[in-house]
Amino acid sequence: MIPTLLRIYWTALSRDRVAQAMTFLLPILFFSIFASVFGGRGRNGVSRVPVAIADEARSSTSRRLIRALGQEQSLKLRTTARPAGAARERATAMVRNGDLSVAIVIPPGIDSSLARFDGGGGAITLLSDPSDPVAPQMVGGLLQKVAMTAAPEMMARNGIGEFERFGIPLTAQQHQALDAWLPRMAADSGAASGAAPGDSSLAAGGGFSGLVKIERVEVVGEKRDDAMVSFYAAGIAVMFLLFSASSAGGALLDEIDSGTLDRVLTSNVGMSGLLTGKWIYMTLLGMLQICVMFLWARLAFKLDLFHHLPGFAVMTLVTAATAAGFGLVLATLCRTRQQLGGISTIVILSISAVGGSMFPRFLMSESMQRMGLFTFNAWALDGYIKVFWRNARIVELAPQVGVLLAFMAAFLIAARLLARRWERA
Amino acid sequence: MNVLSVQDARKSYGATPALRGVSLELGEGELLGLLGPNGAGKTTLVRAIAGRVALDGGAIELMGRPLDGGGRGRLGVVPQEIALYPLLTARENLEAFGRLNGIPRGTLAARVAWALDWTGLADRAREPIKRFSGGMKRRLNIACGVLHDPRVILLDEPTVGVDPQSRERIHEMLERLRATGVSLLLTTHQLDEAEGRCDRIVIIDHGQVIAAGTLDELVARTVGHHRDVTLRLDRAPERPIDGFDGGAEGALLRARVDDVGAELPGLLQRVEAAGCAIRDVEVRSPSLQSVFLHLTGRELRE
Repeated sequence: MIPTLLRIYWTALSRDRVAQAMTFLLPILFFSIFASVFGGRGRNGVSRVPVAIADEARSSTSRRLIRALGQEQSLKLRTTARPAGAARERATAMVRNGDLSVAIVIPPGIDSSLARFDGGGGAITLLSDPSDPVAPQMVGGLLQKVAMTAAPEMMARNGIGEFERFGIPLTAQQHQALDAWLPRMAADSGAASGAAPGDSSLAAGGGFSGLVKIERVEVVGEKRDDAMVSFYAAGIAVMFLLFSASSAGGALLDEIDSGTLDRVLTSNVGMSGLLTGKWIYMTLLGMLQICVMFLWARLAFKLDLFHHLPGFAVMTLVTAATAAGFGLVLATLCRTRQQLGGISTIVILSISAVGGSMFPRFLMSESMQRMGLFTFNAWALDGYIKVFWRNARIVELAPQVGVLLAFMAAFLIAARLLARRWERA
Repeated sequence: MNVLSVQDARKSYGATPALRGVSLELGEGELLGLLGPNGAGKTTLVRAIAGRVALDGGAIELMGRPLDGGGRGRLGVVPQEIALYPLLTARENLEAFGRLNGIPRGTLAARVAWALDWTGLADRAREPIKRFSGGMKRRLNIACGVLHDPRVILLDEPTVGVDPQSRERIHEMLERLRATGVSLLLTTHQLDEAEGRCDRIVIIDHGQVIAAGTLDELVARTVGHHRDVTLRLDRAPERPIDGFDGGAEGALLRARVDDVGAELPGLLQRVEAAGCAIRDVEVRSPSLQSVFLHLTGRELRE
């Protein structure tokens, strides 16, 4: 009895490719994605944090700091505008626009304030984006490290000064020896930093207290909580939008089974009209779904929805329309409801993971971040982030909206071509 | 005047021919029965007329105009499946298909009211149809196909799976339609339905028309107009009786007569003369069943 039942179930599974994929492929796929995201960060060359540096000091010390930072393998330095006066504004704009998560402003007078043990002097400013809580911590730690390696003579001078202050003053002869040695130390540090790049992964996490005084300024979003709430509202909304779009698209398959599609197609409605009707319905449904999600975020988590309504409306319309097109593609691609259920689960969970619905894309390696750009939900999330974190104007949403519209057009064309098989046989 | 004309319709699916030159005509106000075993090509033909199958060759004309992908406004299609939206009410289904079939907004309400009355569903109009019985769904299924007042209606097995009362109800509805001059093309597996209600019958098999005409014409051309007579006796006769086929099957005697009035009394007298008492007499006229069997060599359900 039991062997017969086992044989029946095994035979059914061996002939059901969708069930096989759900059973074996999906777990491996998800394991790979999560392992790539959380296992890969910190490895050399895997994840490099882009950093802009505004050098307002224009001194030999600031240049040495920049050169040392440039040697760090986990940083990707980007130049800022000149002259120096515009550098801070340019760096601020880059962070605010989301081009990078953190920028370093080296203030005038860094030569006298670096490696001071009394906590005085001007601070290096870290302009940061609260959407990425990791990058500023990492850059702060690296700044502490490179201050030690790039300006050891300053450390030594200031250290001796503190020694004289709290201990015994040096003799004139000792001062002469120190003055002769410090330039050599400075020269050696430059050579050493060029010859042996540091391992940033070991140095990361130094914090903000240390030899370099660092002031962190969040240039985006007044409320950090809002940023995370809007991120997850958008991420979860887009993921479930895809599921509901797939489900609504699947109604097509039900209509085929019941003969309703045939009946509709014998009326005055052609396949293009039918798909257009479905697409509009699914778009409206998706918009409603996103609105409900964000209204709940407003009610329960005090998300500042109403000050971002224009951008929210644009992103919601375009995202819902694109997701509707995506749902139509899935529905027209599949032959049965069962097939649709399996394939849509695999595809939606995968692109949601890679596209950033489950965890922020800045946590991913560069290659995975690039891969994410091939998923339309990554662009949708970027758009929402721009609206809620960066207070972007509608015109600034052009890249995201443009890409989403391109995705949408591609989906609709694909769905129309795939639906040809349901037209006249 | 023919309202629907199919000439030399041909269609193949890959190497498998489904229609091999089918031709038929449907006259104004006529009820034409389309019969054939499963796989004969009936559904392909109906779908071709409905515009859902592209023919490889041949022509279809509706009201004298070629049907080349359009002009089907005067055509109503009632599919075999219950092709309705189960979560919508009867009224909502009618309104939806009415709009899809181009009924103007101003006349839609009147047409829906007519359909609800015609189907006897006026008192259930506001209920989702998933609660309806099979017969009620069938009636609504037909109504959605005729709501836009077509002159030619294709009915693909409109009574399949319903009880005799519902079948009768559906045929009453169709008779009321015919009374308005509408022409009906009916595919069915119910031979008695075709026999008793259709003006003419077309039988197709292997993608070809193998017979067409009235029941009388089909009978005359195939099995002939003789009657089969069966007598049940009180006992088996002791010896063969003249006029009956072969030997007696126990207490049953069978004979074939061309003129019942002239020949039956003589048969009965010979039985009585043989000393047997007649318990029952059955006279069976040639049926569509025998015609169908004669033409296709198969029962309709095979």
